[in-house]
Amino acid sequence: MSEFNPNILAFCCNWCSYAGADLAGVNRLQMPPNVNVVRVMCSASVKPEYVFKAISQGIDGVLVLGCHIGDCHYLTGNHRTAKRIPLTAKILEKVGIDPRRVQLDWVSAAEGEKFQQVVTQFVDDIRSLGPNPMKEVRF
Amino acid sequence: MLRIGVFVCHCGHNIASAVDVDEVVEFARKLPGVVYAGQNLYSCSQEGLGSIKKSIEDNDLNRVVVAACTPRTHEPLFRRACEQAGINKYLFEFVNIREHCSWIHAKEPEAATGKAKKLVAMGVAKASLLEPQEEGESAVIPRAVVIGAGISGLAAAASLLDQGIETHIIESKNCVGGLLREVAVIGPEDIDSRNLINSLEKRLTSSPKAHLHLNSRVKEVKGFVGNFEVTIAKGDEDITVQAGAIIVATGTREFQPAGEYGFDEYPAVITQLELERRLAKSDFAASRMAIINCAGSRQPGREYCSRVCCNASLKNALRILDKNPDAQVTILHRDIMSCGAAAEELYRRASERGVRFVRYGLEKRPQVHAKENGVVLEAFDETLDETIDLDLDLLILATPLVPPEDSVETGKHLKVPRDKYGFFLEAHVKLRPVEFATDGVFVCGSARWPVSARECIWQGQAAAAKASIPISEGKVRIEAITAEVDPDRCAACGNCVLACPYEAIEIVEHLDTMAAKVNEAQCKGCGTCVAACHNDAIQQKGFSSRQLGAMIDALIRTATEGTQ
Repeated sequence: MSEFNPNILAFCCNWCSYAGADLAGVNRLQMPPNVNVVRVMCSASVKPEYVFKAISQGIDGVLVLGCHIGDCHYLTGNHRTAKRIPLTAKILEKVGIDPRRVQLDWVSAAEGEKFQQVVTQFVDDIRSLGPNPMKEVRF
Repeated sequence: MLRIGVFVCHCGHNIASAVDVDEVVEFARKLPGVVYAGQNLYSCSQEGLGSIKKSIEDNDLNRVVVAACTPRTHEPLFRRACEQAGINKYLFEFVNIREHCSWIHAKEPEAATGKAKKLVAMGVAKASLLEPQEEGESAVIPRAVVIGAGISGLAAAASLLDQGIETHIIESKNCVGGLLREVAVIGPEDIDSRNLINSLEKRLTSSPKAHLHLNSRVKEVKGFVGNFEVTIAKGDEDITVQAGAIIVATGTREFQPAGEYGFDEYPAVITQLELERRLAKSDFAASRMAIINCAGSRQPGREYCSRVCCNASLKNALRILDKNPDAQVTILHRDIMSCGAAAEELYRRASERGVRFVRYGLEKRPQVHAKENGVVLEAFDETLDETIDLDLDLLILATPLVPPEDSVETGKHLKVPRDKYGFFLEAHVKLRPVEFATDGVFVCGSARWPVSARECIWQGQAAAAKASIPISEGKVRIEAITAEVDPDRCAACGNCVLACPYEAIEIVEHLDTMAAKVNEAQCKGCGTCVAACHNDAIQQKGFSSRQLGAMIDALIRTATEGTQ
C-alpha cells in the first residue's frame, strides 16, 4: 500500500497568515507539500459550511490561519474566528469526525517559521489520524 | 461562454527548478473552460505581460489565470495588463506556485508539480465563476483632521495647509509642541527645539485655513474615507467637523519606571526628560552622574528598542560636560545604538570628552543603594568582568517611549489596529508606512513607533502627502471586494450588522419588509458578515461561497484523479 498522502486545505487571511506563508517561501523554509492554501481577506469570512463541505467530501484536514488576536487587519474579525472554528470542529466531532482534522492557529506576516511549523505539525497530525473516513462515502 | 487562459510562469529557475512547468501547462489545458494554456519565462516582465495581452486578444479570452508568485505584490500588475487587453480586471485570478509551492518544496519536484496542478485547478475553478465588477466611487470632503499637535502633527498640518487644504488640528494639551516641548535641544545637530516648534506653529497661525483646537480630544469618529465626521470635545462643547482624511499624530510619552532602579524611592533617581528639564535651567549643579540606558526596555514585556534614547543620552552627557567640564558622566548601556554619521560622531565626541561607557547585562542589573544627597550605583561591568561602585549625585534612567494612555480610545474611535505594545500599526511596514489599512486614515511620528524629531517631520510630511491624494482627486475608488446582500434571502436578523467591524451594514426597508444593506463606501471587504449570515444571503465579491466551494471541489477532484 502506498504511503498515505493527506490532501489538506488551508484558509489563510490575506494580511497575516497568507503573508506569513509568503515569507516562509521567501526564506525557502521547506515543508510537506500536502497543504493547499486558499486566500481569503479575513479568517472571519471562513464559513463553517466550507469546512463541512471539505471534510464531508474527503479533504483530510482543514487548517484555518488568521492574524494573532489583537493584530487583525479588520480589528476584531479574528475574535469571531476564534469562537467559530473550534465550534465547527466540535460539531464535526458530534457526527464522528475527529475534531483534530480542523485546526485554527495564528500566524503573523512576520512568522514564516511559525507557518512552517504549523503546516508540518498539522500534516503529521493528519498522517497519524489516517485518511478521512468520509472519503469512502461518495456523495 | 467561458474562455479561460492559463499562464504558468517559470520565474526563471525560481519556479521551474521544482515545478515541471510543461506538465502543469498540459494539465491546465484540459481543465474545464480553459481554451488556452501557455508559459512565460518571466510573466511580470514587459515581454511576459505583452504575451499575456496578445494571447487575450488572439484567443478572445474572458478569464485570465496566472500561476506565478504572490498576489500580495504582483496582482495589480496583471490586473492592469488584463484591463489594457480589454478584460475587466476582476476577471483575473492569481495562483501562487512560487512562495506557496516551488520555494517550499524545492527538493520534491514531483510533489511540487502535483501541488502546482492542484493550485492551478483551484484557481481555474474560481476564475470560472468570477464576474466583472465595477469599482464604486465616492466624493471626498476637501478638509483634513490632524490628531495631535506635536512635532509630527505640526509638520503634517503645515504641509496640508501649504497645499491649500483646510485643516483642523486637535490637541489635548493647552499648547502645541507635544513631547518635544520638554526637550530644549535636539541632538545630534543641537537644534533648538523651541525655534522648530515656533516656526511650525507660525505657519498654522498665519493660515486662515488652519483651525487649532487646544484642550480638545476626539470624542467620536464616524464615516469612511472621503466622508468622515469627527466630533471634537472641547471643554463642555462638542464641535463636529466633516473631513476627507484623518492623520493620527498622537505621539508618545516617557515611561515612568515605578519601582525600577530606585525610581520613586530616591529623589536622586530621575528620568531622562526630568534631566532635560533640569538642564534647561541655569542652576544645574550635579557633578557625578550616571545614565542607565534601556531602563525598562529591551526586556521581557517591553522588548523593543525605543530608538531615540541612546542619542539623547549621548547628547545629554555632552550637555552636562558643557555646563560643568569637571563633571563625571557614566553611561551604562546594553549596546549603543547611534546610527547615522552625525549620531556616531556624537558617540565619538562623548568618548573623547571622557564619558565613561559601562556595559551591563540583564542577568546582573545595576543595583541602587541609598546615600546622603545621592545614591550609590553598584554595577557589573561586562567588559571588565567586575563589579564597580559609582558615587552619584544623580542617576538618570533613559526609559523607553510608550504609547499615550488614550491610544486605546483613539484606536477604537478610528477603528485602526495597534501592535502588542500599543503603538499604532501601519498598513504595510515597507510599502505603506504612513497609512492605516483603513482607507483615509494615516499615521505619523511616534504614534507609530518612537522616532526622532527629524523622522517625525519626515513622516508628518509623508502622511500629509498621502492624505492629500484623495482630497486633491476629489473622489475615491472602492475596491470591488465588498459584500453584497441578496435582500430576498435576507431575514433581517441583524447578525451581520453586529458582526461588521466597520458599522457598514444597516437594516433598511426593502419592498414591504426589511433587509440588510451594505454601505459600499464603508465596507472594507473583510467578509466577516458573510460568515455571520445564517441564510447565505451575503456574498463577498471575488470571494463568494460558490467561488470558494468550486475551489474545494477542484482540490478534491484533482486529488482523486491523482496528480502526484
